[in-house]
Amino acid sequence: MLDNAWIIPLVPAASFFLILFFGKRLPRKGSEVGIAAVAVAFVLAIATNVQWFDHVEDPPAAHEATAEEAGEGTGHALGGEGELAEATTAGGVEGTGGQGGEVAAAAEEEEHEVPPVQRTWTWFEIGGVDVEAGMLLDGPAAMMLVVVTLVSLLVHVYSTDYVHGDRRYTHFFAFLSLFTASMLGLVMSTSTLQLLVCWELVGLCSFALIGHWWEEKANSDAALKAFITNRVGDVGLIVGVITLYFAAGQTFDIVDINSQALSGDISHLALLVASCSLVAAVMSKSGQFILHTWLPDAMAGPTPVSALIHAATMVVAGVYMVGRLYGVFFEGLSIGVSSVNLLAVVGAVTVLGGAGLAFVQNDIKKVLAYSTVSQLGYMVMALGVGAWTAAFFHLFTHAFFKACLFLGAGSVSHAVHSFDMRKDMGGLRRWMPHTYRTFLIATGALVGIFPLAGFWSKDEILAGASQLGGGGGYTAFMVVGIVGALMTAAYMTRVVYLTFFGEYRGHGHPHESGPRLTVPLWVLAVLGVTAGFANLPAAVGPGDGLDLRFEHFYEPKAPYFPTANFSHPEFSPGIAVTATIVAVLGIGVAYLWYWRGLGPHGITQRNRLARVGRQVLENKYYLDWLYTDVIVGAVKGPVARAAYWVNQHVIDGVVNGAGRGATAVGRFVYTRIDQQVVDGAITGSAAAANSSGQVFRQLTSGKVQQYGALLFGAAALFAGVIIIFV
Amino acid sequence: MVAENVFFYAIAAVMVAASVVVVTNRNVVRSALALIVVFAGVAAQFILLAAEFVAVTQVLVYIGAIMVLMLFGIMLTRSRIGRDEQMTNSHWWAGVVTAALLAGVMGYALIENFGDDPLPNDRQIATVDGSNTSTIGDAIFSQFLIPFEAISVLLLAALIGAIVIARKDR
Amino acid sequence: MDELLLNQFLLLGAILFCTGVYGVIARKNTVLVLMSIELILNAVNINLLAFGAMGNDITGAVFALFVIAVAAAEVGVGLAMVLIIYRNRSSVDLDEIDSMRG
Repeated sequence: MLDNAWIIPLVPAASFFLILFFGKRLPRKGSEVGIAAVAVAFVLAIATNVQWFDHVEDPPAAHEATAEEAGEGTGHALGGEGELAEATTAGGVEGTGGQGGEVAAAAEEEEHEVPPVQRTWTWFEIGGVDVEAGMLLDGPAAMMLVVVTLVSLLVHVYSTDYVHGDRRYTHFFAFLSLFTASMLGLVMSTSTLQLLVCWELVGLCSFALIGHWWEEKANSDAALKAFITNRVGDVGLIVGVITLYFAAGQTFDIVDINSQALSGDISHLALLVASCSLVAAVMSKSGQFILHTWLPDAMAGPTPVSALIHAATMVVAGVYMVGRLYGVFFEGLSIGVSSVNLLAVVGAVTVLGGAGLAFVQNDIKKVLAYSTVSQLGYMVMALGVGAWTAAFFHLFTHAFFKACLFLGAGSVSHAVHSFDMRKDMGGLRRWMPHTYRTFLIATGALVGIFPLAGFWSKDEILAGASQLGGGGGYTAFMVVGIVGALMTAAYMTRVVYLTFFGEYRGHGHPHESGPRLTVPLWVLAVLGVTAGFANLPAAVGPGDGLDLRFEHFYEPKAPYFPTANFSHPEFSPGIAVTATIVAVLGIGVAYLWYWRGLGPHGITQRNRLARVGRQVLENKYYLDWLYTDVIVGAVKGPVARAAYWVNQHVIDGVVNGAGRGATAVGRFVYTRIDQQVVDGAITGSAAAANSSGQVFRQLTSGKVQQYGALLFGAAALFAGVIIIFV
Repeated sequence: MVAENVFFYAIAAVMVAASVVVVTNRNVVRSALALIVVFAGVAAQFILLAAEFVAVTQVLVYIGAIMVLMLFGIMLTRSRIGRDEQMTNSHWWAGVVTAALLAGVMGYALIENFGDDPLPNDRQIATVDGSNTSTIGDAIFSQFLIPFEAISVLLLAALIGAIVIARKDR
Repeated sequence: MDELLLNQFLLLGAILFCTGVYGVIARKNTVLVLMSIELILNAVNINLLAFGAMGNDITGAVFALFVIAVAAAEVGVGLAMVLIIYRNRSSVDLDEIDSMRG
């Protein structure tokens, strides 16, 4: 399966086309094709992962570098069996390298290398450059395969109930399939160009799905905003890809680029430039400040879409891209040896900014959207401080509990037909037990309560921030992370209160949703509980074989992944305890505020500073105003006026001038040419015909003698001619 | 030889003068009589050419029958007897041109090609032991039988046709 | 000038022919046109016999006889037609017979 993992994106791609062409005629309108395809992809992804685990345990020796490192391990092992290490190092290397199966997996993990499974095909050739497409299957790819297919499968099942009877049911499933295929293609892409193409494809699917109900202008506006904001960041992506192409000696291959970056073949300046450009792409796609503005508006799309795309999978594409090209970032931004860098700063700002905005939202999905922004900030910050595994582990766990939260919000909206917490919700835990319980579990995971999933992943990030990096580490970012955790706990508790506790403020009769909605919720909730145990730190875990499994299987160990200045954070009980206390503190503060009504309620009416602060938050830091009114407006106005001027004077002038010219030409043609020349020719020819006719008329006088004269005359002429010339 | 020449030229002059009278005289009857003179002259020329039978036939048929027919025609179609007609019609100049042209062409051709060819002295168109008549008779009924029959049919057709055309309508 | 030249007869025939052509074209009376046609036919006969005498061939005479016969037939039919025309129009003026006009 490893060699053929490239089939996995093709299955949902085929289903996209099938649904598009045949969906409307199928009994379930195409959803069965979509679900079947994603289920197949999920099974294949699981199979791939199983084989990948085998591959990690038993990697084939790739090349001399591998053999050399393996030789050490072999030496140890064989030495253990009684042979002289020295004498057999060389021969042992060759022999075991050739056999490939004897490399001791029991040796230090950092010592043995796991080559990725890579297959490339030449897509097309242009100007002497081979553009390749293919599959690069390594740890992060394998992990993402499972995450994407699993969440997509659950969302598919959920959607059959949620968008039931929708005007574009088939279309929806078609695009879900296309999105799944594109995301899978993105995670397995082997060249930066393929990454770029799949990046754009997922952006396209996001656009199509956000604007699913485009008849309402707000939805199509949101879709456009998402697409265009992403486009702004994509400029950075393109610049970065091109910079890397030329800096790495004209190659698009990700493995190549990373290896060259790490081995110092690319100049530091080029790497810095490329990294900064790529950070712009991350900012737009993964909703980092300042290009995050599209993500809350994207909640205009159906909730399953929000769960799949804007929580679990698409928005993590930026994080994934950084993780894939980590060699570039690691060297370019000097992550391993500095104490502040662009990635970390962007991530940190996002953590706090997103969390702040989540406090003033009344729409449950918008709260979750800002929460997503904040958590994405955690992931980017983790990558910025050098905690690669922490970032990806957080990605892994976040996908599950955030999807669960979104689907729960969808379930709630299904019952009360609204997303507004203040106006239409409240006290729903009486009528919706499953939704309430899963929502609660997922909230706990998000906040980071021991032993749910978010605790482990967030803790690893904080540990990394405090331990990694040069010159005192990234301690400032650890502080940011802890503050963020406090805020997360507070606003999530607010959401829980407003939705499930208190008096019901709505008008309908809410009831629990059907099994197609609640079963995915429970699946995700269970995952939210258990997923954290995938990467138990050595200090806490049960033992060698079960600790740090995530890191063991999914962190790349190959020349294209940084090893110098790269280390893993140790589990720090101090940080863990601090984080838990902070989370509980946050819950407690919110509990006191809402349940007990303590605290400075209504402070915004009394205190001007508080009011201004709330205004800033409600206006989303005036970023939207900046983008739409200031930047775009400044361009729009003059451009529009210039265009209008061009239209009136240039274009209309040309047209009018052409019209006048045509009229003049026409007049000239009429009077001179038509009347005089053409008509003259015609009348002239008519007159000529007339006169010649008059002349020839006399020939047909009817007089026989005349005919006789003609006859004889002609005969005489003929005779004369013959006599003279013959 | 000299006598033949003299006779030839004399008769030729008369013929030409008479033919001019035919085509130019105002009086139709006079033209007809001049035509008779022409026919007679032609018969004389035929004798000069040693074609006696044809000469006699010429006199008999042409002068004896055709001219009589012509005179009958003149008589039957003249509405006003004695009145002179105009000589020519409106485009007589075309006739002059055509005739001159023809004359020029033919004259040129003849002089050019036949130059000074003399007629043989011992010309005779009969065989040694037969007269003209018998030779012609032999030729008609052997070599030219089919044209003879055709001519007969033609004459019959002409006969019937003339009767049909000219009879009074019922 | 002590022999008869062929050309004499041929030229004589030519002159008669041309005169006849002039008469056909220029005369108004239909009967006169018929007479001019007879002139032409006679000219032809002279030609035929001259060549016959030149080649010592009886064909010339036979042909001339046939021509005479045809001329007779033609005159008969022609005059019949002239009579009809005269009967219908009371005139044999060729200038007036132009119903083929146009």
